[in-house]
Amino acid sequence: MDYWAGYGSIALFLLVALIFGLITIILPKVLKLLGLVVRKPNAVKYTTYECGMETIGPSWVQFNFRYYIFALLFLVFDVLVVFLYPWAVSLRGGGWAAFTAMAVFIAVLLTGFLYAWKKGALEWR
Amino acid sequence: MDWLHWLFYVGVILGAVPVMVMAFIWLERRGLGRLQLRPGPNRAGPFGILQPVADAIKVLTKEDIVPVAGDHWVHFVAPLVVFAPAMLVFTVIPFQEDGGLVRGLVPDLNIGILYIVAVSSISTIGVFMAAWGSNNKYSLISAFRSMAQVVSYEIPLALAILGVVLAAGTMSLTGIVQAQAVPFIVMQPLGFIIFFIAATAELNRTPFDLMEAESEMVAGYHIEYSGMKFALFYLAEYAYTVGISAIAATLFLGGWKAPWGVGPQVGVLWLVVKILLVFMVILWIRGTFPRVRVDQLMGFAWKFLFPLSLINIFIIAAESLAWPGLPWWLLFPNTAIALVLVVVWSGLFRLGGGRVQV
Repeated sequence: MDYWAGYGSIALFLLVALIFGLITIILPKVLKLLGLVVRKPNAVKYTTYECGMETIGPSWVQFNFRYYIFALLFLVFDVLVVFLYPWAVSLRGGGWAAFTAMAVFIAVLLTGFLYAWKKGALEWR
Repeated sequence: MDWLHWLFYVGVILGAVPVMVMAFIWLERRGLGRLQLRPGPNRAGPFGILQPVADAIKVLTKEDIVPVAGDHWVHFVAPLVVFAPAMLVFTVIPFQEDGGLVRGLVPDLNIGILYIVAVSSISTIGVFMAAWGSNNKYSLISAFRSMAQVVSYEIPLALAILGVVLAAGTMSLTGIVQAQAVPFIVMQPLGFIIFFIAATAELNRTPFDLMEAESEMVAGYHIEYSGMKFALFYLAEYAYTVGISAIAATLFLGGWKAPWGVGPQVGVLWLVVKILLVFMVILWIRGTFPRVRVDQLMGFAWKFLFPLSLINIFIIAAESLAWPGLPWWLLFPNTAIALVLVVVWSGLFRLGGGRVQV
């Protein structure tokens, strides 16, 4: 199978999967027309569920700052991972020179990681 | 493009995955029942085998409730965004090989495993959309936790897979299976341990099921979903579990190959057996371990899994440069290194401690 045919197959499969999911969601709506699915509207039923309490204030609020630090760390090391994949495939061609180059690159990034660790960025408090 | 080939495998995937999901749901409920000294579902059919069918019918005829305070369109689209990537994982899994021809939808995609890593993290966006669309505080906290968790465990997962790519010298899943004269679980035990823990966390399963922690936030991100939309989340969750089991079987357990070449040479049979094996271990862990706390969760990913996965790839890289063929006796030093590293590194750091805010 050539290069584009593979991705074409996957793209078409994505379309089929989306249609499969869409049919699954639409199906009860069709059954409702046939009277198989009940619908008894009720003002309380359509409120936000909070274990019986009435909702106070909006839910769409600013989130905790701690998530931001982990997102930042993730960004740094996900870029590292992206660099590592082609390196891994071509390592046997590159030899020990490629090995050393990547070791230096990771050592630089690890310095930042150790700094974050010592600074307490990995603590959840 | 061969249309017949495409149509056949799309049919196989869309048929086999829901069937396997139903079987696994039954297996999980029965198995969990056994682990907790209770019978589990045993009323519908012999051994409760029709329970998933009964559940499917029930969920199909349930009233669809959409909270008025939410965002209707986001609420509607979210199940699709979660479901489609879970199915996309199966497109590149090679099912079997006969006569040098590897069967599957696109088994020889040249960046196969990178594609899986990329696609499988899309469903997190769906989880977040579900929480945002519901406009529910429990949902939103659950989605934030899910984001932080997936983001943290993505790195060790990708780095553990990298060890396999290094050893095989290719990212194509067909190539990875063919490179496994000895399964990589034996050759890279450390990589497998990291992969398995990180994958369990990516799946949001116990002991990492903080986003669905019933005692804290009822049902997590799908709290406002009912009927078929909820079923789609459930289906996606189990389809993704099957998918991760299939990836683990392909990357580390030798995929379609029969162990030692004995037994029936029907590749897909062995693949299903291996998927089942991995799934049973996940189930066993669910029945055995208590849930971790959120600070322990993040600390474990960054302080334990991440440094060990970096060490792991450098060991594998040095070995594959020194002995390009990766002879089988390397399993002895690798196992020893894995044991020593896990024991030594566990003593190097502290997880949490004291009272934490969530």
